[in-house]
Amino acid sequence: MTTEVRVPTLGESVSEATVAAWRKAPGEAVAMDEPLVELETDKVTLEVNAPVAGAVGEILAPTGSNVAVGALLCTIAEGSAGSAPAPKAPAPAAAPARPAVSKPEPPKVEPPAPAARPAPATAPAAPAGELKTLSPAVRKLVEDNNLDPRRITPTGKDGRITKADVQAAIEAGTAKAFVPQSAGPAAPGSLDMEAASLPPRADDPREERVPMSRLRRAIARRLKEAQNTAAMLTTYNEADMGPVMELRAEYRDAFEKKHGVRLGFMSFFVKACVNALKELPAVNAEIYGNDIIYKNHYDIGVAVGTPQGLVVPILRDADALGFADIEKAINDFGRRARDGKLTLAEMSGGTFTISNGGVYGSLMSSPILNPPQSGILGMHKIQDRPMAISGKVEIRPMMYLALSYDHRIVDGREAVTFLVRVKEAIEDPRRLLIDM
Amino acid sequence: MTDIYDLVVIGAGPGGYVAAIRAAQLGMKVACVEKRATLGGTCLNVGCIPSKAMLSASEKYAEAAGHLADIGVEVGKVSLNLKKMLANKDKVVEDLTKGIEFLFKKNKVDWVQGTASVKSASEVVVKPESGKATTLKTERVLIATGSESMPLPGVEVDEKKIVTSTGALSLTKVPKHLVVIGGGYIGLEMGSVWARLGAKVTVVEFLDRIVPAMDREIGKRFMAVLRKQGLDFKLSTKVTGVKNTRTGVTLSLEAVKSGEAESLEADAVLVAIGRRPVTAGLGLDKLGVTLDKRGFILVDADFETSVPGIFAIGDCIPGPMLAHKAEEDGVAAVEIMAGQSGHVDYGLVPGIVYTHPEVATIGRTEEDLKEAGIEYRKGAFPFTANSRARTTGESDGTVKILADAKTDRVLGVHIIGPEAGNLIHECATAMAFGATAEDIARTCHGHPTYNEAVKEAALAVDGRAVHI
Repeated sequence: MTTEVRVPTLGESVSEATVAAWRKAPGEAVAMDEPLVELETDKVTLEVNAPVAGAVGEILAPTGSNVAVGALLCTIAEGSAGSAPAPKAPAPAAAPARPAVSKPEPPKVEPPAPAARPAPATAPAAPAGELKTLSPAVRKLVEDNNLDPRRITPTGKDGRITKADVQAAIEAGTAKAFVPQSAGPAAPGSLDMEAASLPPRADDPREERVPMSRLRRAIARRLKEAQNTAAMLTTYNEADMGPVMELRAEYRDAFEKKHGVRLGFMSFFVKACVNALKELPAVNAEIYGNDIIYKNHYDIGVAVGTPQGLVVPILRDADALGFADIEKAINDFGRRARDGKLTLAEMSGGTFTISNGGVYGSLMSSPILNPPQSGILGMHKIQDRPMAISGKVEIRPMMYLALSYDHRIVDGREAVTFLVRVKEAIEDPRRLLIDM
Repeated sequence: MTDIYDLVVIGAGPGGYVAAIRAAQLGMKVACVEKRATLGGTCLNVGCIPSKAMLSASEKYAEAAGHLADIGVEVGKVSLNLKKMLANKDKVVEDLTKGIEFLFKKNKVDWVQGTASVKSASEVVVKPESGKATTLKTERVLIATGSESMPLPGVEVDEKKIVTSTGALSLTKVPKHLVVIGGGYIGLEMGSVWARLGAKVTVVEFLDRIVPAMDREIGKRFMAVLRKQGLDFKLSTKVTGVKNTRTGVTLSLEAVKSGEAESLEADAVLVAIGRRPVTAGLGLDKLGVTLDKRGFILVDADFETSVPGIFAIGDCIPGPMLAHKAEEDGVAAVEIMAGQSGHVDYGLVPGIVYTHPEVATIGRTEEDLKEAGIEYRKGAFPFTANSRARTTGESDGTVKILADAKTDRVLGVHIIGPEAGNLIHECATAMAFGATAEDIARTCHGHPTYNEAVKEAALAVDGRAVHI
């Protein structure tokens, strides 16, 4: 019996992946749940495991090919013994080797079936999700202009978007967004319009030219999208870290003994932000077309640097988490981010983000929003500095704080107040206890 | 030739020539390499176009010889001038291939005659029939080499008595008995042509039904209609040998289940068991272009092969092997190269059999939907209840619409009947817009038209067809 292995659901707004590497060759034996193939998406690298034990049949999506959700990756002949692992193929960076066919299929009388031959996985497949319901002309206009159809106000029958709706959105500039799109590694064939319009560039032996990874391209696109969409502004403040440091020093051992995790700074900032977000809901809101969506849940993204780039796993319902829960979750995220093991679900749908440039030594910077969120807090390095306190100079461990916000929905007063509330909570953590 | 092309297209069939013209429209400098002496590929030269010319001519003949008298048109003795009929077909082909030459000139596409091999993504070597090979320099290559008739092991095609679809278009006399191996679109169309011109036609099919991928109910209906027209079917039957004799051809057959053998005498045999991609001679193996097990070129969503800069479309990549699908591929591939978005919805490629009556189908079949566990509602309307069909005497057939049980979105339409190949496009447009059956039902349809049967079938999805 043959089992089909298809591209699993990849998470919110991700409809496509690139086949990064095959772990198994055609004909090779595979155990149930053994990794078969590695897929790379805009957000993560994930492994697809064998649903059954057997021998790998035909590989329908070669390394480097783009595959849509639900596309056929390969087949597994269930229960078949298969062969021993084939010798390792050369690195996939070079031209992918032609998949070896284990045994030639005997010729047989095959009836013609031209019309309804199902489109194989490797044929360009339709992206999943709402794009499918767009009419052909609307779809092209949306994709050509890199719009988010969810942000276009529909006027057609049953809520359909008409071509005129798209034209209006383009004119108003309201629907610019990241649309999942395919992009081949070669610039001439890629969908990236900027890349396509570049003049050819001669090779220079002193330079090295490498294609951007999907993750890097996604980061690039999203950062630029944030700058193009939001009216982004940053407000700064600073916090005396002394009180938190003292609290940490006092309870470090006891905390670690009880919870099995170190008490870090991040839990204080998460807690401080949640409190401030509750007071200033605009910072936790999102612009959706002509509406504002206020979110009564606090899903805080914590930016984590990895060798491949920045990823932002989400602490769900952070208002309901204790200090230890937060620290544990962040530790776990950091570890798995480094290994590339975070799932897409864990990185989708945050309402606010905290970015800590301090771990790299940054003293001061302006973070860029993580759309469609409206606020991001930048933490920085703790630096001893002379401060004027009650008319005297004291050396205090200080941290600059930055809040970048979307001025379209967050007023200056709200942004500044937010940052002041965070500062106050950090400088006097007792406030967190009594919801001040 | 020192110029560097933006794009070299290999193959001037409906995929290749359309891609070349679209690329030129987008401002690219394009060359199109074709090994045939004329443009248009299989479709124009030995496929869709000549077969339709023969289908149309033979249908008129059959009508004149058979039914015209029934409606009071008496034409006396009708006789067949096959030579003239074939010449007319050749003229149609010639005119249309010339038409593409004109389009190439108009769009400044360079037509390069010869056989191409791909040296790299930037170099294509073209060997003309006579003379020296030239090398075209290019930014990228688009392979649109199409497909060819799949051979039946052990059967040697001579294109005279044992023919593929190509030879079946030019039989110099009407065979007394034509055996068609393969109950697919091509075999049934060509079988119909020769049956109308007087041949006894037997279709031998390995499976237990003809047009296996078609909606089963429509397929059954289709076979019944063809049977009525005199076509004979041997299903679940294997061809184990084909022997060319002095007087004709002897086929050895074997029943798939019982293994019972029999032999069949024929004047001509048409081998139409499917088509396979043409990639030999391109040098793809040397370049490392990945093919699948059946020889199709694998491409990604941008129609790019495993070798950057080399693209492929049409019959030589996986998917329905149809001219209009190749055209869509070609346009999308080229638009993507130009930095636009491009997309082909393979779920909405219509399939049409140009028999009489025609059969046309788009989207999913009932079997598909059942297997996928999708709940659907079905509306059917017979042409016997369509007033236009009654006036033209073309009331064989039915329209069947399958719509999502909950959302009413149209998922599949299957038509057997007059002008089915034209009727299906009303549904194709509706489906491209994600329309519901009610959308079709509430759209005003002209009266009296065949299209009203589509509207009534859409009403029938909701159980409220008016005219039945």
